[in-house]
Amino acid sequence: MEEQLRFRYEVDGDNFTSAGEASVSVKKKLRQLGFAPEIIRRVSIAMYEGEINMVIHAHGGRADVVVSKDKIEITLDDDGPGIPNVELAMQEGFSTAPDNIRSLGFGAGMGLPNMKRYTDTMKIQTELGKGTKIIMTVNI
Amino acid sequence: MTVNEFAKVLELEQLNIADGDRKINGAYAGDLLSWVMGRTAGDNVWVTIMTNLNICAVASLADVACIVIADNAEVMKEVTDTAKNKNINLLRSPLPMYELCVNINKVI
Ligand SMILES: Nc1ncnc2c1ncn2[C@@H]1O[C@H](COP(=O)(O)OP(=O)(O)OP(=O)(O)O)[C@@H](O)[C@H]1O
Ligand SMILES: [Mg+2]
Repeated sequence: MEEQLRFRYEVDGDNFTSAGEASVSVKKKLRQLGFAPEIIRRVSIAMYEGEINMVIHAHGGRADVVVSKDKIEITLDDDGPGIPNVELAMQEGFSTAPDNIRSLGFGAGMGLPNMKRYTDTMKIQTELGKGTKIIMTVNI
Repeated sequence: MTVNEFAKVLELEQLNIADGDRKINGAYAGDLLSWVMGRTAGDNVWVTIMTNLNICAVASLADVACIVIADNAEVMKEVTDTAKNKNINLLRSPLPMYELCVNINKVI
């Protein structure tokens, strides 16, 4: 694969039940491109956790995926409230998710740790009141 | 064993069979979706009592072989329809989670 492939998605912040559409679409594309199941699984889960976070915590945002020769890069960018304490947010079990979200099975505080676990690099840029940008890569 | 064989031997209700020949490798039980995504491996059986629409996305992205709903928890038509559209194997059992898992352990 010489050139890069780019996919861009708007993630709707109001529709919780359909959340995950972008990740499901990326999964399908990676399958068509013939990637190994374990690579697809890691990208899919990391992106879905990020996508769901943008819906629950940031009223939606944008997702960009770039597939190049040696890696898949996922960027999640929102204009939400930002993360006050990233170190705390990265800890397993830390969550500010409201009860209605918890009753759906989210809010275990495992999303960000999963994103780290399943990717080779993960960078978080966040500013209170401005938004959060998370860049993850999975090596191919 | 395949999903078809698994469903048969455990007498599971088949809410949707998208790929009955899919091979099963191990199992995980849990309802918190991020735990499920963090702890399952591809091709696992996923046992849960969670039945909202998000389980379809989780099953698809975590690449589990099938979902098994325990305790005959109610599954809305919207969820079975989505399972059909997304090619997800969706099974159900009247047994509570623990008994169901004990039985699963005997056959896989
Ligand atoms: N995009 C974001 N914007 C603002 N805050 C965020 C964002 N992503 C995560 N957070 C904060 O970090 C916390 C931890 O996130 P994490 O994904 O690990 O857990 P969770 O979303 O609360 O629960 P889970 O992912 O297990 O369903 C969140 O509860 C929230 O406070
Ligand atoms: Mg989360």
